[in-house]
Amino acid sequence: MSEMLEVRWHGRGGQGTVTAAKVFADACLSGGRYVQAFPEYGPERAGAPLKAYNRISSQELRMHCPVLNPKIIIVADPTLLDSINVTEGAPDDAIFIINSSKDPSIIRAKLNVSKKQKVFVLDATKIAIDSFGRPMPNSPLVGALARVSGAVSLETILEDVKKSFGKKFAKKIIDGNLEAAKRGFEEVKEG
Amino acid sequence: MSNIYAVTGNEAVANALRQINPDVCAAYPITPQTDLMQRFASFVSDGLVDTEMILVESEHSAMSACVGASAAGGRAVTATSGPGLALMWEILFVASGMRLPILMPVVNRSLSAPLNIHGDHSDAMGARDSGWVQLWSENAQEAYDNTVQALLIAEHMDIRLPIMVCLDGFIISHSIERVEYLDDDIVKNFVGTYKPQNPLLDIQHPKSIGPLILPDLYTEYKRTQHEAMSKVKNIVLKTADDFAKISGRKYSLFETYRLDDAEIGIVILNSAAGTTKDVIDIYREKGIKVGLLKPRLFRPFPYEEIRETLQHLKALCVLDRCDSFGAFGPLYTEIASSLYLSENKPIMINKIYGLGGRDYMPEHAKIVIEELIEIANTGKVKLFKDYLGVRE
Repeated sequence: MSEMLEVRWHGRGGQGTVTAAKVFADACLSGGRYVQAFPEYGPERAGAPLKAYNRISSQELRMHCPVLNPKIIIVADPTLLDSINVTEGAPDDAIFIINSSKDPSIIRAKLNVSKKQKVFVLDATKIAIDSFGRPMPNSPLVGALARVSGAVSLETILEDVKKSFGKKFAKKIIDGNLEAAKRGFEEVKEG
Repeated sequence: MSNIYAVTGNEAVANALRQINPDVCAAYPITPQTDLMQRFASFVSDGLVDTEMILVESEHSAMSACVGASAAGGRAVTATSGPGLALMWEILFVASGMRLPILMPVVNRSLSAPLNIHGDHSDAMGARDSGWVQLWSENAQEAYDNTVQALLIAEHMDIRLPIMVCLDGFIISHSIERVEYLDDDIVKNFVGTYKPQNPLLDIQHPKSIGPLILPDLYTEYKRTQHEAMSKVKNIVLKTADDFAKISGRKYSLFETYRLDDAEIGIVILNSAAGTTKDVIDIYREKGIKVGLLKPRLFRPFPYEEIRETLQHLKALCVLDRCDSFGAFGPLYTEIASSLYLSENKPIMINKIYGLGGRDYMPEHAKIVIEELIEIANTGKVKLFKDYLGVRE
């Protein structure tokens, strides 16, 4: 990957969205790349809409400001589609990854994107509940992002999920998150 | 690869403090402190450093405890941010007046009111006359590297002054980016062992430090602080040379970017410099000769070197992430002082930007460059001091 990849995450406080951006950045360090992961800073309230960003590049990242035109836009909470405009600043060839139980074609119609823009959907909340019993969609979404972006392999992502959860959580939770990331990678579908 | 991590600026600086392994660290364990100190406190609790951690009841007390520890003969560190630095203000002068080489990373944040703790340089700029050496950092890597270098400057026997390492609040302190660490052993050897000067704990030689001094000697004493400051530049350069040998990363008094043949220029501190460099590349591709100067050593201020570097320009904008209400921004006044003695000097304007964490976007750098092109062509200035990206 020669050019810069920019990602914008939409989530709600407490869903692990910022952690997901961090795990993705960490995994992308491989191959000597430069990475950034940062949230939009504001009052930190559980449930409030938040944005987080990634930049990944083989060149040094000097830009220190929010991403305006993200190539990939991830929506971690489906209810955000009704309350904020997640397509803001999306380039003509933008890729959307949406956490939803709905059919990809329905999400595509809802987003009202152009033909060149791609929409991928996965039921990350259900995968998370199946895998470790909590509605935390971040691990499946990181798996899906690895698949869709091609920036990093599933194996590297799994290693990083293990590393970032390893110190804080029990083995059961870690294994659940690994399963969730793997299923996110496998189950994400284009609409 | 093994030494490369994706970490926040706070994590990077906390790791540098772990590698330095100071004797004493005093801190006030609540906001406005950042997780820089929380992380360092974890290293203490986990037994990864030999540091005695003193949790005090205010930032004023944190600096007081550092003064005591340093005067006693220990290597003392703390860290602060925004209003915390403001509360330390009285004791900052005690630390420098007693010539105590205390190290303090400062996560640059705004000052209230209205209440705001976002990225802003008002805190450290307010402390610029406190007699501390100040190094400023563009990103997490520079914040780490500056922290590793800081004690060699502060503790040098020609200097013996306290030192701040400044990094942008949130934009760098809380954002994750790629940082390359040095090995623990390399940092340990680089920083070396602290040799206290006339320590209070040398009880065979009782002494007083910081006693009353009357008008007949106060001026002479203060002048010695100025003399010590005047030697800092050389030590900063020597330390940077030594640091390049262990890291491969080069530092100086300031950084220049595409400035040698430039006709217009921008002077800007810290994280916004990186964003500006990317925009400069865009204008360079269009044939516009624009360059940048990013100060690293702000106290003492390298007036002569900066004059030599900027005097060939036609037009220059100094951007301040801090205001001096009813006056020019603090960085602008220093650059203007640098250039005053030049016969040919650029037309200079001042922009106040990014206060209280307002994002500095590529668009803002473009506005500045477009205005500089206009000034260079016409020689006319609309406003010498203006606010960038302000909503009217």
